[in-house]
Amino acid sequence: MAHALHIVVCAGVVPDPLQTLEPVTGPNGPGLKNEMVLPAVLDPWAACALYEAAHLATAVPGSKVWLVSLGPKAKLQQVMMTAGQKVSFELVPIDGPIGGFSDAHSTAAALAEAIALLPGLEREHLLLFGGWESATRGAGITLQLVGERLGITEQFQGVDQIAMRDDGSFEVLERVEGGKHQVSVCAGTPAVLGWATGNLPEPRNNPQIGMQNMRAIMPALQKAKPVTLAANGLRYAALSLPKQQRETRLEKNLSPDEIAQELVDWMTAE
Amino acid sequence: METILVLTHVDDSGAALTRASLEAVTAGLDLSRQIGSPLAIGILGRDAAAAASAVAATGARLLAVSGESFAQARYATDAAACEALCRAALASIVLAPSSARFSRIAAGVAHRLGGFIDTHITDTHVAAAGAIEATRWFYRQRIEAVITRATRPWFLLLDASTHAAFAGEPAAAQVEPVAVTLPAIRTTVEGFRAPMRGTQTILPDARLLFVAGAGWTKKQPDGQVHLTEASEQILSFLHLSGASLGSSKSLADQKADGGGDQPVLPFLTHLNQIGQTGSTPRHPKGLSTCCHGEEPHAVGWRFIAERRAISLDANCGWTRGKADVVYVADAFQVMARVNALLAARTP
Repeated sequence: MAHALHIVVCAGVVPDPLQTLEPVTGPNGPGLKNEMVLPAVLDPWAACALYEAAHLATAVPGSKVWLVSLGPKAKLQQVMMTAGQKVSFELVPIDGPIGGFSDAHSTAAALAEAIALLPGLEREHLLLFGGWESATRGAGITLQLVGERLGITEQFQGVDQIAMRDDGSFEVLERVEGGKHQVSVCAGTPAVLGWATGNLPEPRNNPQIGMQNMRAIMPALQKAKPVTLAANGLRYAALSLPKQQRETRLEKNLSPDEIAQELVDWMTAE
Repeated sequence: METILVLTHVDDSGAALTRASLEAVTAGLDLSRQIGSPLAIGILGRDAAAAASAVAATGARLLAVSGESFAQARYATDAAACEALCRAALASIVLAPSSARFSRIAAGVAHRLGGFIDTHITDTHVAAAGAIEATRWFYRQRIEAVITRATRPWFLLLDASTHAAFAGEPAAAQVEPVAVTLPAIRTTVEGFRAPMRGTQTILPDARLLFVAGAGWTKKQPDGQVHLTEASEQILSFLHLSGASLGSSKSLADQKADGGGDQPVLPFLTHLNQIGQTGSTPRHPKGLSTCCHGEEPHAVGWRFIAERRAISLDANCGWTRGKADVVYVADAFQVMARVNALLAARTP
């Protein structure tokens, strides 16, 4: 049987995807209009990573899941009211700025520092999970940088599946070009896994898990360490919304035959 | 004075550069000309020297890391190789394609060199003040930004299909081999697995993206769902047209009744999903059926040049202003006729 796993999930909070976003430039740099009042959710890819982590922890007895998240305390609390009802974890909040315009290198440094200081974390049994991208910056680099800072050189991105083996090794499926998965076998932990969507459905809200999580989440939020994120020479020369608006031709009265012919002509035209 | 390095890698053949790598070479040449800086090209692969002939016409300095250890994509070996290439080139600006292989390692390499990285770059140019600026999207293609960095080395990962692939005449190349100190290898690459059995439905180079929405699984006018017919129609269309298949999240999420984790349409997986948590494919044309087809549900549409949609909802706000043509019709009926027309054209 594989050794108990210590799974750390890095997850950000992002504006609800259905919200309209408008960029603004303030005294602290770029941001979103009314950013603090936009409803927020756990980043969708990171949420997949969290569900996979909880599933894996259940399958390997003695395993534990931490959720490390950087954001304003108020936003983290709002998001945890929902995320905390899904699966069991210990929250490690970092009180920092929200939004996708901060530098990923600074975010990675803050996350790595928090993970390195986790009491009881056994680095040799660490699986560092997160989303392979995010719905904010979407850079897809934060997790790799955290891994490098923690000295982890087995890294996988676009992961859809992990299968643990009895000897502690594990098989990983990573997305590659052309709708395929690359199949790799890693000799064992520690490793970094940036998750794509995985294969698990979103767990239903479980009020019992929620109450259990919240007992630790609220004190953790009160003790969240504040951080400021350096720009590292990054400067925004311009921010804009896509302006392209198309003149849509609405065809209500064509028969299926006429539509089909028009479509085939269009598809086959150079 | 900047020194530009373009990192490239070989394709599955092991001896030819990927298309995305050749696009990065074009971007490197453009930038090199704009700022008057020397260009180097680093090549990674089993037989990198053989692949170098394709870019010999650039006149760039050519560096290569070759060997069996680099035949397959793996973090430990690829990161060590790219680190060695960057150090050999003394690069201050590093361009690389956003391939799965380089997306996995580029941030780690930048960190090892004390540098910084920005990804999903769609354009690079030189501003009036002489600074190199890069364009990229934020919030899943909903906000576009122009960024610059004062720190070096600066890694820029270029999105696919944003530049033309370099197409110079192959020529004999002077390649400088670069030695790599291999780290302990704890990961074995066993190969590739296609989740779709039988038909390959994701074709990045296809001229047309066909997007299937959840409407295919809804009750039809006869009060019944027609999943088998939907599957047949979609697969027939893909076969006859050579299109790539995209899906809305709502359809990819649906599971077959009593089928456990089986998707409702058996050939569909989350790999097909486009939009907020899916891919953002780039194709010249896109046809959306039974779905909204636009952001935020299928934000991938942004990189489709010509867009048409078939929808029963004439008032769908997601298609207005986003699609070029919206046909208000039943996709089952239309696609059956499209398939018949395409079949008649097939010799």
